[in-house]
Formats: sequence, C-alpha cells, structure tokens
Amino acid sequence: MTQLQVLLFATYADAFGASAVTVTVPDAATVEDVLAALRVLPGGATLPARPVVAIDRRYSRGGSVAVRAGQEIALIPPVAGG
Amino acid sequence: MIRVAIVAARIDPASLLAEVTSAGTGATTLFLGTVRDVNEGRPVTGIEYSAYTEMAHEELERIAQEAHARWDGVRIAVEHRVGVLTLQEVSVAIAVAHARRAPALDAQRYVIEQLKQRVPIWKCEHYLDGDRQWVDPSAHNVMALPDV
Repeated sequence: MTQLQVLLFATYADAFGASAVTVTVPDAATVEDVLAALRVLPGGATLPARPVVAIDRRYSRGGSVAVRAGQEIALIPPVAGG
Repeated sequence: MIRVAIVAARIDPASLLAEVTSAGTGATTLFLGTVRDVNEGRPVTGIEYSAYTEMAHEELERIAQEAHARWDGVRIAVEHRVGVLTLQEVSVAIAVAHARRAPALDAQRYVIEQLKQRVPIWKCEHYLDGDRQWVDPSAHNVMALPDV
C-alpha cells in the first residue's frame, strides 16, 4: 500500500475540513483509486462523480491515469477566476 | 515578452501597460476584471479569491505561451489577485501589445477566456446579509456552503 497526500481547495477543502488529506491506496494506484479512498473519508460523499484532478500541477485526463508517491495530487473544484 | 503573476497586493494596471508597450508596438489593449456589487440578484460586499497558487501560475504561463505561439510577436502581462477584494477593486489585469490591433485584441480575448476555464482560482462571495458562497460558473449558480 502507498500513502498519498491530496491537496484540496475551495468547496472541497470546506467539505473535508482540511486543505490536504492523506489517503492509503494500493501500489500501482490510479486516480480512480485515490478518488475511491477520498469518498469514504468524512466529507467525501459530497464529491461529484468525476471531479477534476491535477497531477504535478497539470490537469489529468481520466480515472485510469497512474499515480505514485511523491507526485503532487490535487482535486480542482470548478474554477472561477477572472 | 510574457509575464504572469498571482499577486496579493493591489494591481497597478499602468505598470502592466508600460511593461508590454515598446517602440515596435502600435496597439496596446488592457482588460480589467473588477468586483461588481450584485451577483445573481444578491448584493455583494466583497469577494475572497483563493488559488492553487503554483498551478495557477503555471497554467497562466501555459495560456500566455499558447497565445504567443498563435499570435507571433504579442507581448503579454497578466496579474491575478488573491485575497479579500472590495467593490470595484481589480481582480485581474491583462495587458497585450502588438504591432497591429487585431493580434493584440484576439490574444487578449484568448487569454481571458482560457483563464476563466482553466486557471485554478476560486472566488467566495460575501453578501450584505453576512452569508458567503463559492461561485461555480460551470453550474451557472453558486454552491451553498456547509454550516461552519
């Protein structure tokens, strides 16, 4: 198993009550594994079906993308800059 | 020439204009986003902008580079502010200069539209009645916050 830190912002930070959480996922995990681990945490049930994920500060495409320890993983709520 | 920044201090649009203007530019555009007093019919007293700062900077840089690749020769300076802003304060400033007006105007439109879609910045509106809500443009409405 691998421990990964996930950064949270705006509505997601409010929902989880934290700006970052640590999840435990299988080795050779994917974005979908991270999301599944987040959904069982307090506040995790409020996540949308397919939240936007960024890996190393770039948008990730799809739940099957691999993640590993040391990467910067973040959930990105709907953006509202400007 | 490209410069982008996520800033906490008040934005000075004149400095961005000075940055992008050069002897070879004949057209300079300036876009300012400012805090307005009403959203969805509710009186707003201010907006708190927050950002995933490192990614916001990088994504903004990527957008500016894309514009630079598409409209050769454009000079671009962008600043987006974070923190609590009061009414009429500048939240974003985009200055673009080029030898000709069409590339300057087109590149500026590209930068602001892409910024609004891609840059990880969020705004929490503070209302006259003391309530606050995160704005979700993707849903064309706002999401209620849990009681805290």
